[in-house]
Formats: sequence, C-alpha cells, structure tokens
Amino acid sequence: MNSLIRLLAGLCLLLAAQGAAGPAGAADLAPLVRMLGAGGFDGTERAVAGMAEAGEPAAVPVLEALLAGDLHVRKPEGDVVVARRQGAEMALTDPLSGASLGTAAPAVVDKIRINNSLRRSIRAAIGSLTLMSPDPRIRLNAAHAVFKSRDAAALETLDTALGRETDASVKQAMAEARASVILASASAPEEQKLAAIDTLGERGDREVLSLLTGLSRDAAAPAALKQRAASVVTDIEQRMLFWDALQNLWYGLSLGSVLLLAAIGLAVTFGVMGVINMAHGEMVMLGAYSTFVVQEVFRAYAPQAFDLSLLVALPVAFAVAAGVGLAIEWTVIRKLYGRPLETLLATWGISLALQQAVRSIFGPNNREVGAPSWMSGAFELGGLSITYGRLWIVVFSLAVFALLVVALRRTWFGLTIRAVTQNRPMAAAMGMRTPRVDAMAFALGSGVAGLAGVALSQIDNVSPNLGQAYIIDSFMVVVFGGVGNIWGTLVGALALGTVNKLLEPYAGAVLGKIFVLVLIILFIQRRPRGLFALRGRAVEA
Amino acid sequence: MRMVLPGGLDRSKLVLPILLLAAAVYVPVAVLLIPEGSPFALSVHSAGLFGKYLCYALLALALDLVWGYCGILSLGHGAFFALGGYAMGMYLMRQIGPRGVYGHPVLPDFMVFLNWQELPWYWYGFNHFPFAALMVLLVPGLLAFAFGWFAFRSRVTGVYLSIITQALTFALLLAFFRNDMGFGGNNGLTDFKEILGFELQAPGTRAALFAATALALALCYLLAAWVVSSKAGKVMTALRDAESRVRFLGYDVERYKLFAWTLSAMMAGLAGALYVPQVGIINPGEFAPAASIEAVIWVAVGGRGTLTGAVIGAVMVNFGKSWFTSAMPEFWLFALGGLFVLVTLYLPRGVLGLVSDLWSRAESHRRRRPDDVPQASP
Repeated sequence: MNSLIRLLAGLCLLLAAQGAAGPAGAADLAPLVRMLGAGGFDGTERAVAGMAEAGEPAAVPVLEALLAGDLHVRKPEGDVVVARRQGAEMALTDPLSGASLGTAAPAVVDKIRINNSLRRSIRAAIGSLTLMSPDPRIRLNAAHAVFKSRDAAALETLDTALGRETDASVKQAMAEARASVILASASAPEEQKLAAIDTLGERGDREVLSLLTGLSRDAAAPAALKQRAASVVTDIEQRMLFWDALQNLWYGLSLGSVLLLAAIGLAVTFGVMGVINMAHGEMVMLGAYSTFVVQEVFRAYAPQAFDLSLLVALPVAFAVAAGVGLAIEWTVIRKLYGRPLETLLATWGISLALQQAVRSIFGPNNREVGAPSWMSGAFELGGLSITYGRLWIVVFSLAVFALLVVALRRTWFGLTIRAVTQNRPMAAAMGMRTPRVDAMAFALGSGVAGLAGVALSQIDNVSPNLGQAYIIDSFMVVVFGGVGNIWGTLVGALALGTVNKLLEPYAGAVLGKIFVLVLIILFIQRRPRGLFALRGRAVEA
Repeated sequence: MRMVLPGGLDRSKLVLPILLLAAAVYVPVAVLLIPEGSPFALSVHSAGLFGKYLCYALLALALDLVWGYCGILSLGHGAFFALGGYAMGMYLMRQIGPRGVYGHPVLPDFMVFLNWQELPWYWYGFNHFPFAALMVLLVPGLLAFAFGWFAFRSRVTGVYLSIITQALTFALLLAFFRNDMGFGGNNGLTDFKEILGFELQAPGTRAALFAATALALALCYLLAAWVVSSKAGKVMTALRDAESRVRFLGYDVERYKLFAWTLSAMMAGLAGALYVPQVGIINPGEFAPAASIEAVIWVAVGGRGTLTGAVIGAVMVNFGKSWFTSAMPEFWLFALGGLFVLVTLYLPRGVLGLVSDLWSRAESHRRRRPDDVPQASP
C-alpha cells in the first residue's frame, strides 16, 4: 500500500518534470545537439555557445560527454550519440535522454573533435550552466565543486554568477569558491589574495584549514601572505577547538539524557521506595518492544500515519511496562519488603525470565524500529552538528523528568508516595494504605522505564539484551546522584554522561567508561549515600 | 553431646571433606583403571565436568563465607575468580612456548598477531609455576584487600556495596576486553598445551586435576569451617545480624570484614585457577556481572550461611544447567529465573534448610511417638 502511494507520487513528479522540461528543454536542445556534430570546430563552437545561452541544465551531461571525447556522429543519419567502447563494438546512447540506442561497429561513428579553445568554452558553458542554474541547490553544488577544483577558468563565470546571485548562502559559497580560485591562481595580485584568505578564514572548516596550512608552509609564497595565512590558521584552530569542546558537551548532554531516561524510573523504585529492581532494564526493553509492535501495527494498517507511531507507542509502552511492574510487585516484591538483598536476587530472576520470554516470542535477533520523519536528519548550529533524533531524546527525557517532578510534588498521589518514603509507619498510622502506595509507585517507576524504552528504541538495537546494557549504568546514576532524590538523578545522569564524553577523546570510549566506573567506586567511598543524600537520624540495623 | 574436634570444629563438618576425598581417589581410578563399559567407569569428559562443578562449588563456598557469615552480598566475586583464572591462564600460555600457531619462542600467539615485539613486564615470571600459583592467590587477594579497605572503612554497606562490587567486575570486564591490556582481548587465553610438563588433554592429567580440585575444595571447606566456628567467626556472624551493635560493643568491625573478604577473594581466585586448565579457556566473559550474580543463587539454593549448602547448591544448579542446556536450551533461563524467585520467596534457607526442617520435624515426631505408644505395648 505504502509503496503504491510512493510509486504514484513518483509518477506524478515525473510527469510534471516532463511537462516542464520536456518541450521547452529537451526539444530546444535537440537541434543544438545535432549542430554539435556539424560544421567542424566553428559549428561545435556555435552550438556550445547556444547551449550556454539557452541556460538549460539538461545540456550539462552532453557537454561533459563532449569534453570527455565520448560524443560521436552516427554516419548515415548524421545524429549525435554518446558512444563508449564495449569490447569490439561501441555502445550507443542518446546524449540527452541517456536511452540506449544499441551497439554499432566503431567504423559507423565519427568522434566529434575539439581543440583547446573549444575545451575552454565548453568548461565555461558547463560552469555557467550549473552556476546559473535556476535551482539553488545545483548552484550551491557547482560552487562547492569550483571550491574543490580551484579551476582558474571558472573565475569569469563565477564573477557573473556572483553578480546575479540572490540566495545568501549560495552567494557565500560562491564568494568562498572565488577566494579559493584566486588563492590558487599564480597571476592574481597580492591584495586580492590577502582578501581571499580572509574570506576563507570566515568559512573556517577543515578543508580551509588544510588549504591555508599548506599555504603558510609554502616556501615560494610571499611573506605577507604566509603570515596572514598562519594567523588565520591559528584562528580557525582555536575556533575548532571551541566547537569541538561544545560538540563533546552536546554528546555528553545527549548521553546524559539517555542515562537519565534509563535511570529515572529506577530513581522512583530504588530511590524513593528502596526496592532494588534488577528487572528495571527489562522494563525498558519491554517499552522498546512495545514500540516495535505498535510500529508493526501501523505498517500493516496505517502506513501513511507512520510518523505518529511513536506518539501512540508512548502510552502503550507505559501501560505495558506499568502492568508488568504491577504484576511483579504483587507476586514477588510485596513479599520481600525490608529484605533488599533478597529483592535484588528475586528481581534478577524475573529479569532473566523476561529476557527469555521476549527471546522466545520475538526471536533473539535485533528488531528494526523505524524513525519517523521528524526525527531523522540533522541541522548545523554554528560549528555543531545536531541530529534531530538526539535532540528529541534530550527534550523528551527532560519532559519526562519534569512530569515526574510535577507528579511527585503537586499531586495527591505524589504526596502519598513522599509520605511513605519519609516515614512509613507514620504514614500508615495516618490511614494511608501503604501497600497500595507501594504498588502504584512501583507501577509508576516501571511505566517510566517503558517510556525510556520508546526513546531508546530509536538509538539502540532492540534486542532481548537491551535492558542489560543500561541496568548497571542506571544504578550508577541513582547511587551517584543520591538515593531518594530525583533531582540528584538528574544531576548524576548529566554529570556522568558529560564526564564520559569529555574523557572519550583523551582516553577512548572503553577506557573512559572504565575510568568513570572507578570514579564512581571511589566517589561512593567518600559519600556512601550519594551526591544529594537525604539527611536523617536513622541508624541502619 | 556433639563431639568437638581440636580446632573447635563440629564433627559433622567432616562429612563433606571425607566425601570429597573419596571422590578424589575414586574418580582417577574410575577414569584410568576401570575398563570402559563397566558401570563404575567414568569418561574423561564427565571427570572434567565434575571438576568444573567443584570449581564452581569452591567459588560458592568463598561467596558463602562473606555473604552467609558477614552479610556482604558480593555481586562481583566472578572478578576474583576470573583474575585467578587469568593468572593460571598466563602460566599455561607461557608453557605453550614455541608450539603456538606462529611458533614464536616467547610471545603468545595473540601478541604476535598484534605485532608486539616483547613480553609486557606483567607477564614476567609467569613461566614459573610457583610464581603463577602465588599470583593466583595474591592478585585477587590484593585487589580485594584494597577494595575492601576503602569500602568497609567508609562504611559502604548493603545494597550500595553490592552495586559497587558489580561496578568493579564490570570495569574489569571492559578492561579485559581491550586488546591493549595484553590479556588476549575478546578471545582471552586458550590453546593451552600442558601443565607442569603433563599433556593437558591426557586422561591422567584430567583425573589429577579433578583430584586436585576436590582436595582444594575439601581444604578450603575445612579452613572456612574453622574460621566461622572460631571466635572471629562469631563476631562475623554477629555483625551480619546487627553491625551497628557490634560496633558499639567496641569491635573493630572493618578488620573482621576485611579478613573474611580477602580470604574469600583468594579462595575465588584459587577456584578460577583450577577451573581454567579443566575448561581450557579463560576470557573476559567470566567477568560478566551476570556470571557473578548466578554464583549468588548457587549459595541461596543450597542454603546461605551453611558452607555445605553452598557446595551442594553450586553442584546442583550447575548439574541442572548442563542438563537443561542440552535437553531444552530455551527453558534454561526460565528455570534459572524461576529458581531465583522461588528460592528467595519460599526457601530462604535453601535446600539444606528445607532438609533440616524436614529432619527435625520427623525427629520430633519420632520422639513424641514413644510417649503415645506405651499403652499399646503389653
């Protein structure tokens, strides 16, 4: 169904393109193409000029073929074809449409010859056709191509194009291309070259860096030029260092928000209730598999609404994980309150069984969870490259955190949870049904883990082992941040994520992680109750 | 009246060591002397399998010493086990000599493969068995001592301690996965040829390894039993049940914990060292937190705080694992998971506790009956 729609849309596009370019473009070009093969160098020259004047980008491949020496005249008909050697025969194609015209003996076709002056005008024609194409994307690509090729022949066209350009970003690219051409040309005056260095310095990416570094070390270059280039290089390097640091910070924030998502449910069950739920990771995994199932349903029944699948998956994942959590609380954890180590073992057993159950139902392999269109792609922010997927996860985790804070601070339900956390016997004496509060809190924590699963399904493999990868990190975050304090979890997650990512460039991913683990082990020695410990007068045992 | 042995040991504590000694004698005989086909004969393979179970039993024993008697639930004992295993693996690796795939006289294959030019300093000495044997005990012991010194002194207890032991083994897991560490990375150490000059694959060597494991387990069991029944052992039990109270009574709680913890880590290291030549490989997988948690359930199944229970539990669960993973592999994790839940919920004292409950019930029943019966007798 989905593919059918795509096919139809594609066909419509194709028809529209034909309607626009067909009669006006290809038909206009056809006589010019025929002219390329007639009248010797002069005829070809006139045809090339005509193509440049027509301003029709469809002519670009024809001109490129001409430049490469692939354009031939087929003898009896006198029409122009692209002919390339294929064994003993020549394979013929139509230069405009690219359609195959079969094969022919080499003797049947005559190569269209070109000389140096013709070559120049062909290049200029190609350059102007692409640089002046009505499509700004093609113009941008052409400018980038000139920037890379640094071809002096393009300078004239570039200047004309610059004069006409209206799109600011394309104009910028053209100015940079011009600067790079001037810098490369031997004849340009020194002031122009100095200005060119400044223009390039503003662009300040790796390509410019290597270009200018080369210039600053070039023994033949004039001293003033070298000096300017060297100073711009230091500028660029400093700027890059700054953006790199910022980029790492962003990665750290992004990792921190993932940790926050994974740990925040644990902060409720472990932090608030004191229950060590080793099956927490499996709640995350269940959330991810719920996403998978929801997406399968969407794929089967409503592929056009696929972008909404994640939004639908959120409540489903919450409900599934909360339901399973409630069942676990009722059957196992309820009987083990006050025995934290036994709870740890029992929930570990549950996590093994849940993993195997999911493996039996969905198979041991990774399941593919698709990304909706609003989560794919990336954008640039200064020197930062930010993917929408990561951005949404940061936003989502902060939103979940805010919701949880509101739920705990501002609702009756949250009030009862906090009361039971602070003083269980007193809360019970005031008439609260503590077993029910426990059950609801556990369901809440598990449900939040399910929400985390929806987000993690976007960045991680959805496999039965998904939860295992996060359980240790989650515990680290909660313990580091301080038990019984979800603000501590926020700080802990962001701090650990950032430290991890900031260490990575120096120590490597694995060593960085080991370092963080050791750091946490040492940290717990200093503050056995975490960063933000609840103060109390209770003495254990 | 119970008979008390010189070391203050209960005579019932001798049952298991005697059984182990009998096994240490019987298994080599059954493997080497009794002809195949006889019902008493044993294949080399099953001797190796039982040897593996006994290594696990030794690990469980070590765990029971700290969990059952000091209340320290370690979720990272696999780290000490694996470190002992790696120390032995390094010795076995050096014994390969020039018989490796690349035929380098000194460097193990993986180092040649990684283009290393010379042996890293921490591999020196491992070609001598006594040095390797010392390291088997020293490396886990020192790590445990350092870890315990900091952790117990800062009064990290309960769940927090469990979680940082898990972090410890997880950090080691990541570290040993790295090729640059010089321990074979992902693949670990394997392709061993001989130990102390004996062919590792030979039935005689396998039988001897089994006997050595059984002997080591018996000795460690006696040592652990002696420790827990000593005065220090009483303090340990007390601090398990009420740590603050023991502290207020003036005992230096940290010292007792540190002693038991270090001893336990060394036993775990020994278990690992005996394990490696019998299974023929040691890789970072042994550091996995899941493996350490699995060891905890062996103790829980057998009965925590009994020593005997740990040995029984380890053998039982691993026997079950072997059976399950060959008969119906997809149900093993259900069975293991169910075991965790059922044992913690319904068998808090393990199989041994169940048996002794049934025993004492039967006993009291029997004792009551003679009082009822007299009227019936003439």
